Amino acid sequence: MADQTLPVPGTLDVTPPHHAEGTFLEWLHDWVVTVDHKKLGILYIVYAICFLAVAGTEALYIRIQLAVPDNKFLSPEVYNRLFTMHGTTMVFLVGMPILFGFANYLVPLMVGARDMAFPRLNAFSFWLTAFGGLMLYFSFIGGFGLYGAGNAPDVGWFAYAPLTAKAFSPGNGVDYWALALIAMGFGTLGTAINIIATTLCMRCKGMTLMRMPLLVWLMFVTSGLTLVTITPLTAAQVMLMIDRYLGGHFFDTQAGGSAVVWIHFFWIFGHPEVYVLVLPAFAIANEIIPVFSRKAIFGYPAMVAASVGIGFVSLGVWAHHMFTVGMTSVENAFFVLSTMLVGIPTGIKIFNWLATMWGGKIRFATPMLFCTGFLLQFLVAGLTGIMLSVAPWNWQLHNSYFVIAHFHYVLVGAIVFCIFAAIYYWYPKATGHMLSERLGKWHFWLFALGFHITFDTMHFVGIMGMPRSIYTYGADRGWGTLNMVITTGAFVQGIAVLIFVYNLIVSYFKGQEAGNDPWDAWTLEWATHSPPPEYNFATDPVVKSRRPLWDLKHPEDPDWKYE
Amino acid sequence: MSTIPAFEASYNEPWHLPSRGKVGMFSLIIGESALFTIFVVAYIFYIGKSLSGPTPEILSVPVFSTICLLSSSFFIWLAERAIEKNDMKKFMLWWSTTIALGLIFIVDTGIEWHKLIYGEGLTISTNLFGTTFYSLVGLHATHVVLGLIMLSLVLVFTLTGHVSEHHAERIQVLSLYWHFVDAVWVVVFTVVYILGR
Repeated sequence: MADQTLPVPGTLDVTPPHHAEGTFLEWLHDWVVTVDHKKLGILYIVYAICFLAVAGTEALYIRIQLAVPDNKFLSPEVYNRLFTMHGTTMVFLVGMPILFGFANYLVPLMVGARDMAFPRLNAFSFWLTAFGGLMLYFSFIGGFGLYGAGNAPDVGWFAYAPLTAKAFSPGNGVDYWALALIAMGFGTLGTAINIIATTLCMRCKGMTLMRMPLLVWLMFVTSGLTLVTITPLTAAQVMLMIDRYLGGHFFDTQAGGSAVVWIHFFWIFGHPEVYVLVLPAFAIANEIIPVFSRKAIFGYPAMVAASVGIGFVSLGVWAHHMFTVGMTSVENAFFVLSTMLVGIPTGIKIFNWLATMWGGKIRFATPMLFCTGFLLQFLVAGLTGIMLSVAPWNWQLHNSYFVIAHFHYVLVGAIVFCIFAAIYYWYPKATGHMLSERLGKWHFWLFALGFHITFDTMHFVGIMGMPRSIYTYGADRGWGTLNMVITTGAFVQGIAVLIFVYNLIVSYFKGQEAGNDPWDAWTLEWATHSPPPEYNFATDPVVKSRRPLWDLKHPEDPDWKYE
Repeated sequence: MSTIPAFEASYNEPWHLPSRGKVGMFSLIIGESALFTIFVVAYIFYIGKSLSGPTPEILSVPVFSTICLLSSSFFIWLAERAIEKNDMKKFMLWWSTTIALGLIFIVDTGIEWHKLIYGEGLTISTNLFGTTFYSLVGLHATHVVLGLIMLSLVLVFTLTGHVSEHHAERIQVLSLYWHFVDAVWVVVFTVVYILGR
């Protein structure tokens, strides 16, 4: 492997001592009581992948129901529960945990630290998040008990008032939803505080802010955004619980309350949340694209500025979800323009990634394939986003499948693609084994194919007028063929994910030995053993540039001469 | 045997990093501010929108308890200074004063609520005013209670002799929280008792 041929005189034995194999209970106890950021990171990621399978299955059920007109595969009640749980799970139990998992695993390694700033808070945050997820899913069997699909929330992932009032949502579904989100909200807040403190206070010597890897920068911005994003949701959920349990009137239109206030509060959380999810995806692309283009990232300061810019602008765009709710033309104009403004920093990022690839010696290993797919799809997602930000266009297409197609292009086309890229890229570091490239290529091409079959087609049914969240539709609408195509694509994606999970499991036992630095990369996590020992680094690293490992590998031409 | 290149052990320039306790507490305060903002916005939005009485005119301005709470910020600052100088007697004195002032505030809030509930018949479910008033003031009171619990724990540990000048920074981190709780009261007080009345 690359690191063993390094022309560096002083090397250091980091072979970790072999632990005696304990019993299963000891192994389990070790994972439950751990405060190690790497183990917690893996716990987050495994937890998220489990829920990805669950929420993906829910999506497949939804697609079977919608495959043909006038279908009765599911009952309407179950259908409502499934799309609510699909959305809530994907955002709160898949998107956020997996990205925080990567942040947990990578941020301390990348800044050359021993652990996170608050290791016990870190463990507490994870278990709180895990508890929230289990509570949400307990709603299927809790509440009324096992009647059919139980009593899971069925109000949509945005849970608009007054549908969530006690009168319209009896039973405990909404309560489980709100309590689970409050619990996860506190967990997320803890993790965000932890990442900020780690970034600012745990950096190794020489790691100035402008020498931090871009992943760390973006996780830092994401965490800052999380602080002011997740707490409004918690506030709104507390208000909802006051309404439901203490007879409050926040969203009670009969007593002067306003349903529109809920919509505002939800999207004040909900839109920055999209950036909380997508910025870590950018973070992953920022690390992978340069390594596989064999070039330093183009425009590092511009990337930092654009990320911080996105963070701030994203706080002022929420009401573009509300053009059809009815606002004054001044408000409409404001939110149209602020939304379009997001296009500028994201455009800077796209051009910087392209400029990084331009003229590079690109290696199309699986992580890079996923990142390339991400670039193309994120561009399309951005363009449909600009289209939807135009208020009159939005009035036509609001709550149609065009919107569904747009945000799945972001959430799947950009975020899930980057997550897959990250797993292929860092799996060797976490386990010491490479994932199979052959299966990885099958996974990529099948997933990309299925993705485009599904979500490209959704744009068309959206423009033809198919609204979101409908149980079924008449044959005379002419949406049947396209919906069958969409469902077919969904199953192709399902097969691709099965290949991926198979790859994860088989490679863990039989994968090729990775070595410390299989990709010939430049950030600090590759300077330690794979998997890293509990103490991360045997000696405290000292860095002089943005690419410390480049400096070590090329002492004749180090980066710090040019920065 | 697996090897990695060793890093240069020496780094000559001074290397200062901020205190993680303070950074963590400031982050929490930013998050808490967003939480309070939502409740304050809801309060302001719903002023005068109740369909039935009682109205905010029944509120009397809690001048005394406000003075107590705000001055406690000054006494906790004295305590911070005392522990930095390892003057544990003064620290104990100022720290207890802070707790006493906080207790006066919370007891006064309790008396106010008792009057409102049994005298005026205003509960959280009476009307929109009740809902927003009790939730906003109650959210703040919850923070005061949490703060008092933490301050009292420190007092107990001080009495048992477990707190010394080594803990000055942790004491400062906790004081930051208390200062925040006081600062939020300025906003809540202005909105509820001045603008909204």
